[in-house]
Amino acid sequence: MAVKDYIRERFFPHIWCQGCGHGMVLNGLLRAVEALGMSKNEIVMVSGIGCSSRISGYLDFHTLHTLHGRALAFATGVKMSLPALNIIVPMGDGDALAIGGNHFIHAARRNIDLTAIVMNNRIYGMTGGQFSPLSGYGTKETTAPYGNIDHTFDISALSIAAGATFVARTTAFHVQQLSQLIKAGILHEGFSVIEVMSQCPTYFGRKNKLGGAVEMLRNFKEITTPKGSKAKQANPELIERGILHQIEQPEYCNAYEQMTALAQKGK
Amino acid sequence: MAKPILKEHLINRDWCKGCGICVAFCPKHVLELDRDEKVFAARPEDCICCKQCELRCPDLAIEILTE
Repeated sequence: MAVKDYIRERFFPHIWCQGCGHGMVLNGLLRAVEALGMSKNEIVMVSGIGCSSRISGYLDFHTLHTLHGRALAFATGVKMSLPALNIIVPMGDGDALAIGGNHFIHAARRNIDLTAIVMNNRIYGMTGGQFSPLSGYGTKETTAPYGNIDHTFDISALSIAAGATFVARTTAFHVQQLSQLIKAGILHEGFSVIEVMSQCPTYFGRKNKLGGAVEMLRNFKEITTPKGSKAKQANPELIERGILHQIEQPEYCNAYEQMTALAQKGK
Repeated sequence: MAKPILKEHLINRDWCKGCGICVAFCPKHVLELDRDEKVFAARPEDCICCKQCELRCPDLAIEILTE
């Protein structure tokens, strides 16, 4: 199937701003699904609220647009009732780690087979540029005009600590890696987290004088490096991209099925 | 693998928002924005069909058709 067969063309052009990184994530996701040769019927996309979560409306899979931060809870329900389906959960940084922080760590702990894509643009774009838990110390937002005093989460470290069995990071600039990582995340059996550093030129870029979409993308190229590269040893400030963590552990739905079989057998 | 030969830059002007990402990251400087801030192929003969523009476009507005 061609990429365009997976989208709901009637809703285009999409609602995202000029140069928004979320559109690039949508593009990368489409390439990943196309490369896997999946049919539209075997994918369920469950999203919450925010700019990023609008992505589910544009894709012609089974889609569920749910409550703010609760996408993983709904996705868990879908997966438990129909474990054969592939569930993709696109989330924003605020949706995943502020409003849905608790759902996030517990989905990771259970190791349920969901693919969580955290589109991290470091701001609440839809509501006017308030700071999110990923904005970072010293950055400026509508609600922090003199600078933010909150420190950030490290999404990858948090996910690994919470028990996610596949953790990866890339940026909107690295489009080939983006679709490869989404592909690997979908194929991984267990809870997969893919953090995509995405640009919000409208709020984060403008408030922090980072320039437009092009300049923000160039910046992603400069501040990141492939995992295990020599550049990282020379400059520890660089952010690593790639698969940061991957281990095998019993998947939740499988374990549940085995437990059900055991219980039905009786003593 | 044979080099792909360009047939056409298929540009959806209704979807293009003129962000200029494709223009900036085209390795051969093939693309430009016109007066309406929509992308067009100014130098199609230089295109090497790497599809960087197609893969990066946030609006799915550009497609490289090859022979």
